[in-house]
Amino acid sequence: MSTLTSITRAEVCAAACADLFRGDGEIVAAAVAGFVPMLGSRLARATFEPDLLTTDGGPALSAEPVPLGRPAATAEGWLPFRDHLWLVLNGRRHVVMGPSQIDAHGNTNISCIGDWERPARQLLGVRGGPGNTLLNTTSYWVPKHSTRVFTEKVDMVSGVGWDRGAHEIRAVVSNLAVLDFGTPDRRMRLRSVHPGVRVEDVVAATGFELVVPDEVPETRLPDDEELRVMREVLDPKGLREREVPA
Amino acid sequence: MSNGGTTSKVLSPEEVAASLESGMTLGIGGWGSRRKPMALVRAILRTPVTDLTVVSYGGPDVGLLCAAGKVRRLVTAFVTMDSVPLEPHFRNARQTGSIELTEYDEGMFMFGLYAAAHRLPFLPTPAGLGSDVMRVNPELKTVRSPYEDGRELVAVPALTMDVALVHMNRADSRGNAQYLGPDPYMDDLFAKAADRTYVSCERLVDTADFAKEGPLQSLLISRAHVAGVVETPNGAHFTDCAPDFGRDEAFQKLYAQSAADPDKWAAFQDRFLSGDEAAYQDAVRAWQEESR
Repeated sequence: MSTLTSITRAEVCAAACADLFRGDGEIVAAAVAGFVPMLGSRLARATFEPDLLTTDGGPALSAEPVPLGRPAATAEGWLPFRDHLWLVLNGRRHVVMGPSQIDAHGNTNISCIGDWERPARQLLGVRGGPGNTLLNTTSYWVPKHSTRVFTEKVDMVSGVGWDRGAHEIRAVVSNLAVLDFGTPDRRMRLRSVHPGVRVEDVVAATGFELVVPDEVPETRLPDDEELRVMREVLDPKGLREREVPA
Repeated sequence: MSNGGTTSKVLSPEEVAASLESGMTLGIGGWGSRRKPMALVRAILRTPVTDLTVVSYGGPDVGLLCAAGKVRRLVTAFVTMDSVPLEPHFRNARQTGSIELTEYDEGMFMFGLYAAAHRLPFLPTPAGLGSDVMRVNPELKTVRSPYEDGRELVAVPALTMDVALVHMNRADSRGNAQYLGPDPYMDDLFAKAADRTYVSCERLVDTADFAKEGPLQSLLISRAHVAGVVETPNGAHFTDCAPDFGRDEAFQKLYAQSAADPDKWAAFQDRFLSGDEAAYQDAVRAWQEESR
């Protein structure tokens, strides 16, 4: 157990994001959803998943996991946008996206809220969501778990879920919990709650019926080495703390 | 400037803009708020052209054209300014129903460009299957692999276009063009996909000087695909144009804040978009000095 100063929620989330990549081996981690998953992917590489390929946030595959916001000191490869899009088809890629809406089967929406024909709120557009989810392992990061994000139905399916042919929706990490699809019909299940969060908090912040096992464990704490790597090496400026509401 | 006996293709932004006609399909290179041919887009704002179908991995190029009422239909996978995720003018255009939209997955869009660039009617890809991209684009058809796998794939139609605009770091007067940043985006595909491509560049150079600027493989676009070249220093402003300059984040923020409010937008237009490109660059410099 940690002997360092108190562990923040953002650090628990980053370690949970690192765990998303456990066992992935020599593939590209495309953690585009924000600081926390980006930190998580680099943390995984710096600790238990050393073969992982990570970027510096731009087209450089960095020779080593680099601190958030810094360019790669040494590049080991080049991955401009077009090669990312080819790599989607090739498959050696695990992407972490940030959904504006997600349903119980892991269908997601980043395109628009309301009717697509004339949306109430236009968002980004589908981006690479359809291809990513159909062809690559996909996980999601939700910095603010709420019934606005976890919805019964998504308004525009930009990322396909398990019931629409997804390759693999591995898990969802939110600021409250880790959720997966380890159920017979691939409905979203509460895997663990972060320390200090109650199961009923997660249920109340979820807009569909969540599968809740009898026993819900706590999300693991990052160990001393992971905390050291996050705090001293990969995110000394504490960008992770900005992304997770206190 | 030596041009090896080949006719010079050097034009002004106004000449490029004047060559467009209402109703055309216009491709725009770059990606989000990165290396966009903004000087050429600004020149289009000053013409009466309208009813355009714009094909773009969208950024403020799309926003400006929407705000000026130039766009009938947009073909895209996203519109974003990267550090500012959502583009206010694009959002407003969608939320008021003032533009039509063809919304593709990023990879589908690239396959449409590859198809157009190589005179294929379509290219097959699985990306898009199962998603609502198929619902909102009912004209999309699928094909089945004629081989044993029998796999169903989306037949992404060629994204043909009348005119493409791209912005490069260097070009010569013949129309050869060089990128020096870390990502070519899809600019060579736009150049090959269009009937007529115009390249704006940060600096015109002698053909012999390309080798001083970057390696051979940085010569992304060949004059065989280029109808005209425009030298527009700082012409990608305020989007990223590495290594010549990064994104002007402060100005982009001003743009985004102004675009989200009709009164502020009127003031922004008045200050920055009421004159020609030289006036724009002067106004930006004055603003930068004030904000220092």
